[in-house]
Amino acid sequence: MSAALFIAQRFTAFVLACAVAVHLATILYAVRGGLTAADILSRTHGNIGFAVFYGVFVVAVAIHAPIGLRNILREWTPWRGATLDIALGLFSILLLVLGFRAVLAVFTA
Amino acid sequence: MSISRMLDVDVWRGTETGKFQLFSIPRREHQTVLDVVTEIQRDHDATLSYRFACRVGMCGSCAMVVNGRPRWTCRARVNEVVRDGERLRLEPLRNFTVVKDLAVEMTQFFEKWQQARGYFEPGPQPGNDFAVVPPSTPERQAADAGIECINCGVCYSACDVVAWDKDYLGPAALNRAWTLANDVRDKGNAERLKAVSHASGCHACHTHMSCTQFCPKAIAPTYSIAGLKRAVLRRNLGFTR
Ligand code: SF4
Ligand code: SF4
Ligand code: FES
Repeated sequence: MSAALFIAQRFTAFVLACAVAVHLATILYAVRGGLTAADILSRTHGNIGFAVFYGVFVVAVAIHAPIGLRNILREWTPWRGATLDIALGLFSILLLVLGFRAVLAVFTA
Repeated sequence: MSISRMLDVDVWRGTETGKFQLFSIPRREHQTVLDVVTEIQRDHDATLSYRFACRVGMCGSCAMVVNGRPRWTCRARVNEVVRDGERLRLEPLRNFTVVKDLAVEMTQFFEKWQQARGYFEPGPQPGNDFAVVPPSTPERQAADAGIECINCGVCYSACDVVAWDKDYLGPAALNRAWTLANDVRDKGNAERLKAVSHASGCHACHTHMSCTQFCPKAIAPTYSIAGLKRAVLRRNLGFTR
């Protein structure tokens, strides 16, 4: 792993550690008295703070996960070089698309 | 020295391919594993190949895998390794090309020291006077922690990442690079930090700590490698040291 990837992976790990903690704490807090889909959507609809938080979350995942996957593939398979990097670039885009699709859906619902 | 009983020893014979050969030799008090190998070669089979020099833990040439663990054979007493009735099993160091029997080819290991720029760079204009490096400075202490390496290859044999990635620079070379990164007289650190941070450099280390566990000099290459990761990070963020 090159220095740039290492730094990106560690930095996004830090972002994710914070984001996951907030995410879980919010869930625990929000469901303490039971919760329906309608309740959730009523809070997230049009909520910029929510959209920005999960937008950052998605970007961090889309950077962090492919780097980790790349390391595993490089260690456990002979796959190297440009095709590997392209495949993981596409995987990153997939995560971005799926993630933002979800954020947008909940934001606009 | 009293000969009380016999010791069964499985010894690797061959190169990458080969098989274990069983020898039975007298069990002696205070016998080291190197004594056992020497006795086999002198009294049983003169064609057995192995390497040693100092016999007192200074040269680092006698390392082998003894009952699954890499170690210096001259500093390993038989009774530390096997209990009564157990067999001794001797193999060449892992992660090296075997020359023959227990002797390995170390060229690649030393080439990686060069690749990691594990050598002092005085710069174009070396100082005219002695450099004063107070022992209490953090740099000097960090260098001291890793400076006693004698290139024995035990850590390199213990490291799984070396086994997975033939290009991985390995604990010893990276440890050496870290001692130099802390040498305040050295002028080659920018290049060195680049040389240790490619795909098979310090960032490939899994922090397994096998190297640290087995280093006979009680050096902790794992911490040296962590230090290199921090130093590379600082460089990339624009700090010079
Ligand atoms: S800590 Fe790093 S260098 Fe040491 S054995 Fe583990 S992976 Fe290898
Ligand atoms: S760090 Fe320790 S185990 Fe590794 S080569 Fe140096 S002395 Fe041997
Ligand atoms: S023979 Fe020199 S260290 Fe063992």
